[in-house]
Amino acid sequence: MATQSGSKQTKRHGAALRGVASAAALCAIGAMSSPAHAQETFKVGIVSFLSGQAAESFGIPAVNGAKVLVDAFNKGAAPAPYNKTGFGGMKIEAVYLDEAGGATKQVQELRNLYDREKVDAVVGYVSSGDCLAVAPVAEEMKRFLILYDCGTPRVFEDGKFNYVFRTAAHATMDNVALVRYLKAKNVKANTYNMINQDYAWGQDSKKDFTLSMEQLFPASKLGQDQLPKFGAGQYGTEISALMSSPADITHSSLWGGDLQAFILQAGPRGLFKRTQMMLSAGDHVLPGLGDKMPDGVILGARGAYGLMSPKSPLNDWWWDLYSKAYNVYPVQAPYRMAQALLGLKLVVEKATAANGGKKPSPEQLAAALKDMEWDSPAGKIKMALADGHQAIQDTAIGKTRYDAAKKMVMIDDIQRFPAECVNPPANMKSEEWIKAGFPGAKGCP
Amino acid sequence: MTAAPLTILIDGLTYASWLFIVALGLTLVFGVLKILNIAHGSFYALGAYAAASFVGWAATMQWAPWLSLVAMLLAAVAVAAVVAPLTERGLLRFFYGRDEVLLVLVTYAMFLILEDVTKLVWGANPYYVSEPYALFGSVDVGRQTYVGYEFALVGLAVIVGLAVWWGLNRTRQGKIVLAVIHSPEVASSMGVNVSRVYMLAFSIGIFLAALGGAFTAPMISVQPGVSVGVIIVSFAVVIIGGLGSIEGAAIGALIVGLARSLAVHVMPVAELFSIYVVMAVVLMFRPEGLFQRVQARKI
Repeated sequence: MATQSGSKQTKRHGAALRGVASAAALCAIGAMSSPAHAQETFKVGIVSFLSGQAAESFGIPAVNGAKVLVDAFNKGAAPAPYNKTGFGGMKIEAVYLDEAGGATKQVQELRNLYDREKVDAVVGYVSSGDCLAVAPVAEEMKRFLILYDCGTPRVFEDGKFNYVFRTAAHATMDNVALVRYLKAKNVKANTYNMINQDYAWGQDSKKDFTLSMEQLFPASKLGQDQLPKFGAGQYGTEISALMSSPADITHSSLWGGDLQAFILQAGPRGLFKRTQMMLSAGDHVLPGLGDKMPDGVILGARGAYGLMSPKSPLNDWWWDLYSKAYNVYPVQAPYRMAQALLGLKLVVEKATAANGGKKPSPEQLAAALKDMEWDSPAGKIKMALADGHQAIQDTAIGKTRYDAAKKMVMIDDIQRFPAECVNPPANMKSEEWIKAGFPGAKGCP
Repeated sequence: MTAAPLTILIDGLTYASWLFIVALGLTLVFGVLKILNIAHGSFYALGAYAAASFVGWAATMQWAPWLSLVAMLLAAVAVAAVVAPLTERGLLRFFYGRDEVLLVLVTYAMFLILEDVTKLVWGANPYYVSEPYALFGSVDVGRQTYVGYEFALVGLAVIVGLAVWWGLNRTRQGKIVLAVIHSPEVASSMGVNVSRVYMLAFSIGIFLAALGGAFTAPMISVQPGVSVGVIIVSFAVVIIGGLGSIEGAAIGALIVGLARSLAVHVMPVAELFSIYVVMAVVLMFRPEGLFQRVQARKI
């Protein structure tokens, strides 16, 4: 770009021939000394909740993670193999967009990102409803899309895509791991209650948990099956109902403000002392709740994230990068954003190399990501399902304990589960896999 | 095992009391100004955020723990004192007399603006104000343990309801408000400053929304999005009771609270359905709500 503008100025001053010759010579020298794309930018649309109920727990922490990571990439400050500046020399330009407003709005916004903003790739979407809506649009437009967070297995179990990928495991893993944790730790589970939000996420979670219980604890009886609406805020009646039918364990996939309100209201009423509470996606409330979080709650993070993340140089670097920028440690949402952007970085660099150093097309990006594996702060990400379009990953479950000296909630008794133990194999849908008794599950503790 | 009837009754009552405080403001604003205020939930959220700030400030000033209740009350007063003149004088009065649908759209715009304003002022991180929640201890009722604060909210709802009823029916200022509700034109011709009455009623409406938010703050994490849930159920309450009726708001809140409590204990999947089926039945037989008088159409 700088060379082109320089040659125009030279023409205006009447030394056209000499200018063009000089510019050509400079270009030639540049081409020899660095890749042709060194002056280019790679534009990424990043979509997540910046307002509404999912902003505090998921959207804003994820976008915060993206900002520090993009900045580190552009400075070439990430550790190997992520240490090339930008994406293989191309400067990364991120366009951040609010996911609030519903699926219809997101479909339009996605079209705008590709057509008006001219982004080269989109990384986004927390809501399962949004993922189900935007995936066919990206496919129709033949543009590259990474779903980084949403949980519904239906995206790739009910659809087939060439340009759409999900770089995090789907939600089946969370509930299968919870039930396997009960088995591995020999937790009494003769009876169980459930409280889940009455929409796709809550319904899918309770289905996976119930089916897994039927397989691993066939004698266990379900008592209460509470389904408060999303954003209810008041749980007094539900807590009374759970206390009226005491159960050995109580399962919940509540998250965000709903989960925080439930804990704040159920804790003083003694619910956590009467039942073993299990939260499938609860890690993100720990930094905020602090000593208000009861001890002994079994808890997942939808991956080996945050306090349950594995020790590695990459994780140490990421942990420090995020903690120093925001004065809080990263929980699940920024981790999932990080694994998406780290994967995208390798994909762009691989596809650029395969394209002779030129910026790759959506088809070349898709070919590069298919079946790929890469290291993330949460461990290895493998695009193993849905013909190489859906990731699987290890996960971990643990138990909460407030550490008064450190003034933070710690997680003890952590049990790790290999990806192949808690995710279905490539040729099976999640529900069929659980109902069949987890055939092909490997490495389970 | 199904809960005891007493548990269902207590749960219904505590839910109804929370709902009544918020719905009372909504119905008052509609009764006087004829505005279906979509932004009412935002004022509830502002009350919750202000309570978080005031209680935090009270703690740094080392006020006695029970004074956190006073801090929450002051938070609601502050929200009404600052926001009511800004929104009523600065925006709504320009639309009086215009189509009701336009006013609904204006308050919807206010709702969207205030959502962002709260985020700009308080950020996106959650606030916790749980200290007041422990002030009243806990109460054992059968197999249940309740937090005393929830019973205190029932008391607050009763006090607020009685105060508003007394203020409207037993004071000179209240009778002026009733005159404006009946006919702003006649009241104006009799020398009543209708603009002032509008301002007063709107301020009280905002105060009640903020009071609901402030006293709910200890039970929740205050964060973006808290304004949405409450407004939908509040509308159901005022529609059942009759828009503009204080008695209607009380009975509507009780009906919704008890119907919801029964559903959660007996058939949880019908929790939301129970509220709206009650609303549908009431509208079928009393389209104007339980307590709104049928009004003659003005020609």
